[in-house]
Amino acid sequence: MSRIDLAFSALSDPTRRVILARLAEGEAQVAALADMAGISQPAVSRHLKVLEEAGLIGTRIAGTSRPRRLRPEGLVDVRTWLEQMQAVFEENYRRLDALLAELPETPTPSPED
Amino acid sequence: MPLPAKVSIEGDATVVVTRDFDAPRAAVWRAHSEPALLKRWLLGPPGWEMHVCEMDFRPGGSYRWRWRNVDAGVEFGFDGEVLALDPPARMEERQTYIPGTVGGEMGTCDNVLTLTEIDGGTRLVTRISYADRATMEAAMATGMTDGMEMSYALLDGVLADGDA
Repeated sequence: MSRIDLAFSALSDPTRRVILARLAEGEAQVAALADMAGISQPAVSRHLKVLEEAGLIGTRIAGTSRPRRLRPEGLVDVRTWLEQMQAVFEENYRRLDALLAELPETPTPSPED
Repeated sequence: MPLPAKVSIEGDATVVVTRDFDAPRAAVWRAHSEPALLKRWLLGPPGWEMHVCEMDFRPGGSYRWRWRNVDAGVEFGFDGEVLALDPPARMEERQTYIPGTVGGEMGTCDNVLTLTEIDGGTRLVTRISYADRATMEAAMATGMTDGMEMSYALLDGVLADGDA
């Protein structure tokens, strides 16, 4: 799977989206994430592994603690996003083309309108 | 037939969308300022309807846009504030994403639309500016996950119909 497919696949699970949303607010320990998601630590660890392999999160080593943190750059494939954005705008603008072709001549609006 | 829209990133946190239209500037302006017209084209991907389009279109006025997926029933929207208007050349507005039942977080951005007359038509340039790079990246991330949420919602709708 490509990087972006891995990311989408990782994001397809609601628990993993909850974990990501929590990490978007700041780094967190595995135990805290398990508490928050209401699942066991081994279960949360499995989800974290998927997220880490997809490049969406990273682990910080701080003495004996291993807090997980979001890797925003992993979520962002800028080119893909721009392509999506372009597709949505263009779809709207094609409808606008059709609408404009139907509009009768309109007087220029004035600032007092 | 106009060339497709061009999308690019300008500076650190601004997205620029450029598109030409074979229509007078006044008509393009109307299509952006009258709710009855906006509802006919500002729809995004197939399957969405703009069921709320309330606009107090004057400087200092506000607007409320909501979209609903016709199959899945999920909703999201934008609340906006009109910052400045210079018809038919320029509109400036501040938009806040309303996650509704779709979810995600895109925060607030400032949009500036400029309409210029070109040979036989109108060039529309939309500049979407986020507070900083991190905010723009968060919006991108939400945009991508939301795109997926929307697709899943659509799939759910299809599955519920027993067609898949």
